[in-house]
Amino acid sequence: MIPGTFDYHRPDSVEAAVALLAEHGDEARAIAGGHSLIPMMKLRMAEVQHLVDLQGITDLKGIKVDGGTVTIGAMATQHELIASEALAQAAPIIREAALQIADPQVRYVGTIGGNVANGDPGNDMPGLMQCLDATYVLVGPEGKRDVQARDFYEAAYFTARSDDELLVSIRFTAPKGGYAYEKQKRKIGDYATAAAAVLIAKDGGTCSSASIAMTNLSDTPVWCEAAAEALVGTSLDKAAVDAAVAAMTGAIDPQEDNRGPVDFKKHVAGVVLRRAIERAASRA
Amino acid sequence: MGKMHIKVTVNGKQHELLAEPRELLIHVLREELGITGPHIGCETSHCGACTVDMDGKSVKSCTVFAAQANGANITTIEGLGNPDGLHVLQQMFKEHHGLQCGFCTPGMITRAYRFLQENPDPTEEEVRFGMAGNLCRCTGYQNIVKAILAAAAEMNAAKEAAQ
Ligand SMILES: Cc1cc2nc3c(=O)[nH]c(=O)nc-3n(C[C@H](O)[C@H](O)[C@H](O)COP(=O)(O)OP(=O)(O)OC[C@H]3O[C@@H](n4cnc5c(N)ncnc54)[C@H](O)[C@@H]3O)c2cc1C
Ligand code: FES
Ligand code: FES
Repeated sequence: MIPGTFDYHRPDSVEAAVALLAEHGDEARAIAGGHSLIPMMKLRMAEVQHLVDLQGITDLKGIKVDGGTVTIGAMATQHELIASEALAQAAPIIREAALQIADPQVRYVGTIGGNVANGDPGNDMPGLMQCLDATYVLVGPEGKRDVQARDFYEAAYFTARSDDELLVSIRFTAPKGGYAYEKQKRKIGDYATAAAAVLIAKDGGTCSSASIAMTNLSDTPVWCEAAAEALVGTSLDKAAVDAAVAAMTGAIDPQEDNRGPVDFKKHVAGVVLRRAIERAASRA
Repeated sequence: MGKMHIKVTVNGKQHELLAEPRELLIHVLREELGITGPHIGCETSHCGACTVDMDGKSVKSCTVFAAQANGANITTIEGLGNPDGLHVLQQMFKEHHGLQCGFCTPGMITRAYRFLQENPDPTEEEVRFGMAGNLCRCTGYQNIVKAILAAAAEMNAAKEAAQ
């Protein structure tokens, strides 16, 4: 399993990397941790003539928590996300989710930028970023622009990023209240059969705000406003949770594959959402 | 593109070689440098038999291009110990029957080495979670976990004795 030949570049700045992407158009690809891209290249499902390695660009690294704003460099690895105490304080849902991604070896090299830019419906971070209402910062030949995670995903492997743009960082406001990332997988290290990211804030006994996003249940992540609305203003009683699960089930569109038939996936989606709501509420 | 100059330090020794950028690190190690401790099990990033330590991280060397490894510092099972001086982990795998066919063992031990650097006094559950990237078709894992816990105890005892 050897990929086709390519030219290898290791630029040391965002500008140099963008210039390479612009020069070579759709023949060029960025490589971060390579743990989605290299398997695709080995299978010859991705043909790359110019590989632009981002490992030498220090500006893409690091995790910053500044007041209520969290900024994560695209090249921060899942291992670094888990290890960061500042991030665990500001947004503990990221550690909870990152610990459920792949295995230790993959997490040492897999980056948050690669995970969200990839566009694979199986990736866990895109749904989580939609739940957090994160902003992706893209840099291209024309300069910088912001795209909301909720507007980024168009279809499997199609995103709002153009071929000559680099994702440089991710920014979001530290969430308040309770959180949970619940994932059902066939075995440790597997992509989700279904996963739910849930944030819940409470005012007294009443749910004052909620955000819900589902993973690997459609060709894009599913941020489900209707499911969250079903919870707001309630005491998170059984009727409210049933209504949220019903709204979510109407919004997802799973396909039958080796993780199971459609009805099974819908069932599992309901199970993980119920568990996530319960855990988030208990932490709110 | 033709071949490129690649410099890597493996087990403390510097190597310079010519390789195509698309060559995988595992092939460079095994075929160019003759370091055959790390094995190729699945070649699809799942089994961990090819695990090496690269710049202080456990990585699956079947999922790293030679070009990415340029400049890296790598340790393989050969760098941890040898028949005349086994590493504590190797000794404990031997004593606790942590291997049967031995195919997964170099990857297991190289991963366990990094795991214990980061978590010198783990619980059984932490060992299982930390070793989740390495598959074994033979042992059922029980004795691998025992061996790693025993190695941790040995290493901690040696550290205490040295103080
Ligand atoms: C065995 C195994 C199990 C896995 N299980 C899971 C799992 O359970 N959940 C999960 O979410 N993931 C899983 N993954 C995927 C893993 O998390 C990947 O590492 C991750 O999806 C991609 O990150 P990367 O840094 O490796 O990106 P790469 O593979 O380097 O890149 C992925 C794509 O994103 C593009 N890209 C990367 N960085 C940028 C950037 N800064 N700007 C623009 N484009 C960029 C690349 O061009 C490429 O198209 C698994 C992988 C393996 C091998
Ligand atoms: S051979 Fe590399 S993970 Fe199996
Ligand atoms: S001992 Fe045979 S695969 Fe582990």
